[in-house]
Amino acid sequence: MELFFAQLLTGLANAATLFLVASGLSLIFGVTRIVNFAHGSFYMLGAFIGYSLMQVLPGMFGFWLSVLLAGLAVGVIGVIVEILVLRPVYKAPELFQLVATFGVILVIQDVALYLWGADDVLGPRAPGLKGIVRIMGEPVPKYDLALIAITPFFLFGLWYLISKTRIGILVRAATQDREMVGALGVNQAWLFTGVFFLGATLAGLGGAIQLPKGGADLLMDFNILAAIFVVVVIGGMGSLPGAYVAAALISILNVFGVTFLPQSTLVLMFVVMAVVLMIKPYGLFGREEVAGEHGQVGEPERPIKPAGLKVRLLVAAGLLLLALLPVFGSDFSQVLTSDVIIFCLFAASLHFILGLGGLVSFGHAAFFGGGAYVAALLVSHVDAPMEIAFLLAPIGAGFAAFIIGWLCMRLTGVYFAMLTLAFAQLIWSLVYQWGEFTGGDDGLVDIWPSAWLNGTTPYYYFTLVFGIGGILLLRHAAHSPFGYALRASRDSSRQAEATGINTKRIQWAAFTFAGSLAGLSGALFVFSKGSVFPTELEIARSFDALIVIFLGGVKTLSGAVVGGASLEYAKDFLTRFEYWRLTLGLIIIFVVIVAPEGISGTLRKVAERFGIIRQREGES
Amino acid sequence: MIEVKGIDSFYGKAQILSDLSFSIGAGEVVSILGRNGAGKTTTMKSIMQLVRPRNGSVTFNGTEVVGLPPYKVAKMGLGYVPEERRIFTDLTILENMEVGRQPARKGVPEWTIDLLFELFPNLSERRNNRGKALSGGEQQMLTIARTMMGNPTCLLLDEPSEGIAPVIVEQMAETIMQIKKQQLTVVLSEQNLHFARLVADRAIIIESGQKRFDGTFAELDAQPDIQEKYLSV
Ligand SMILES: Nc1ncnc2c1ncn2[C@@H]1O[C@H](COP(=O)(O)OP(=O)(O)OP(=O)(O)O)[C@@H](O)[C@H]1O
Ligand SMILES: [Mg+2]
Repeated sequence: MELFFAQLLTGLANAATLFLVASGLSLIFGVTRIVNFAHGSFYMLGAFIGYSLMQVLPGMFGFWLSVLLAGLAVGVIGVIVEILVLRPVYKAPELFQLVATFGVILVIQDVALYLWGADDVLGPRAPGLKGIVRIMGEPVPKYDLALIAITPFFLFGLWYLISKTRIGILVRAATQDREMVGALGVNQAWLFTGVFFLGATLAGLGGAIQLPKGGADLLMDFNILAAIFVVVVIGGMGSLPGAYVAAALISILNVFGVTFLPQSTLVLMFVVMAVVLMIKPYGLFGREEVAGEHGQVGEPERPIKPAGLKVRLLVAAGLLLLALLPVFGSDFSQVLTSDVIIFCLFAASLHFILGLGGLVSFGHAAFFGGGAYVAALLVSHVDAPMEIAFLLAPIGAGFAAFIIGWLCMRLTGVYFAMLTLAFAQLIWSLVYQWGEFTGGDDGLVDIWPSAWLNGTTPYYYFTLVFGIGGILLLRHAAHSPFGYALRASRDSSRQAEATGINTKRIQWAAFTFAGSLAGLSGALFVFSKGSVFPTELEIARSFDALIVIFLGGVKTLSGAVVGGASLEYAKDFLTRFEYWRLTLGLIIIFVVIVAPEGISGTLRKVAERFGIIRQREGES
Repeated sequence: MIEVKGIDSFYGKAQILSDLSFSIGAGEVVSILGRNGAGKTTTMKSIMQLVRPRNGSVTFNGTEVVGLPPYKVAKMGLGYVPEERRIFTDLTILENMEVGRQPARKGVPEWTIDLLFELFPNLSERRNNRGKALSGGEQQMLTIARTMMGNPTCLLLDEPSEGIAPVIVEQMAETIMQIKKQQLTVVLSEQNLHFARLVADRAIIIESGQKRFDGTFAELDAQPDIQEKYLSV
């Protein structure tokens, strides 16, 4: 009982940070409709800046002043990001901005690396709150008690700001109808900037305030990302009390998890989220979102037509070049190109559900890594021949997509995206924590192809056949009645229903199909590397594919392929430099700003202007 | 007060308004009439800069507004009441009105929440109800009240009588007459000729985004063919 109470207190103390960061995320999303992936980076910056300030500002006063200043500094950084990066792309299709925020993550990672170095930083302890207090005989750090006491003030302050002040009223009105708020004489651009400031400040405060407990390191950004998304979703988008309750729930469960079920700590959070969403699809305190409001990806596209002769010739020439690569290219170029093809297939499979289906999945890596793990587990545990393992990988990944799809399909828009992210994290944490079976962090190694595929060139051709085959299969499906029905479900689900299409079932089938092709790319991947690690299931992997699709252009499959190839080649080139993330991040932001239609959409426009391809109807 | 000169407005590639010109004098109440899809709403939005005219000019008190963001146009004293109402359903009546609040303006009497509640007693009773709990007519009153909170010198009313019971329409006409007494300029888009006649001094008829008639109601009555052709009577 004593232990129970002490742990409850630890959980509540941990909730402070989670609540601060998550409420900022929720606020930003509520008004700007931007899913700010860079929120974890703001949190990390808050920790590092707070740490540096605490080195120069002594004493108790200096400590709390540092926390405050760190928050404000991050708020200012948030404003800079909003003005420089996001303002130019507010008009871009919804969710496109998230790619820009991903670029920001990369930039901040390298800036932090440059300024604070690669080593973890031990947080200073709060002056005056260093010791412990015994509560019912159990030791409880004084700082924990301080955090527990502070959080309600933040909650109340935020609640007051949002529900009682004019600014709060404007913010809530803008959440609902930004244009109307503008037509009533409110400069919503500054409203957005203000909200971004507040949200980023909260993240920075959260980062600085947890320093005595957790310190600062370069992995903080991604480490908290999943947790704050989970908190926001469980609590309900835009609900402050919801964020607090969810943060407390998650933190407390986590503390108990560490004590009683150490194997399950990571999994637990996602299980809770999945359960909550299945019972209350909009979170504990959330309100129903208008369907289609957030799931919109771009404007209605032009009708897809079979490719023209010139395009076909171009594709044929490209394929010929790929087929002849072993004749003139080095081993290295074949390996690199295999990686590119594998990644393109992965991205193309996501494009199928995202571009055609309008289903934004944040967790597609589950099926890529899932396929890789299915094959690897079969090889290492039952000594399955490579051919069997290779065949079962897409089936296994497809099965996973079938189950996850069924669970997620009732949600739309951002909630759907979050739930897919949660399930992907669930799979990741299972693999990561179930070491005896999956190898955990050490991964599974020695997963090589059969003898007849030994060597670079044979496996290159194998990859070429299955990779390109998979992409062509996706293309074929897009032009089949199934593909048309899928697009009809995306554009106007009600009308599609009226013509007798069961939209949910179509989308579910598409999700399964895309999952199994992602599994195929995962299987190609594992046999080409000979190993697989949990990183292949990570959020960052899912984001890679998302970025590629948005950068390539959501509207076309060729976009996913062009984008995939660009990103892989760019990464290969850039990773030779020390600050490659910074460069890649800046390139991504640049592309987002100058080419909001994506690389392939912009190329198409250029090509149309110069008459290389025919202009299509309804486009200028 | 408002001078519209040769504007062309588009939605994407579709041209909705072509070479539309008219002017509204200070203190006038003018009704823009036309059938469904004639371009009335687009005209309102083109003044408000919610739709940006590709050619032509719109001036308000002599200042060019084409190219300005809508919030600046609103701050100049143009009050816009949209056809679809667009009240903030999650906000209470009082909060909705707060969103529209702007400082008092020289030359027009200041509207306060109390004055507006006098004008719209129904709203007063439900002041703490959320927007989504209001009836269609109450929502329409709220949109007008919300815009009046900005103390506009000119009011753009897009089909205020649409979808409202005749009794309330009469009431609405009454209200507009009262607003008019405060020296406000009103531009009113309407399909309901009866309602327009009740409140307006002048009629502008548009069809397919072009002006077909501009004159007083007496002049309009003298040309029954125009009514027949451009208005569904
Ligand atoms: N957002 C839009 N995108 C494309 N076309 C539009 C859009 N809004 C209106 N239109 C078209 O522009 C034309 C004029 O529309 P507008 O709304 O101005 O007409 P209106 O006179 O206000 O009609 P109503 O009496 O039905 O309100 C119509 O043909 C309509 O279909
Ligand atoms: Mg209209």
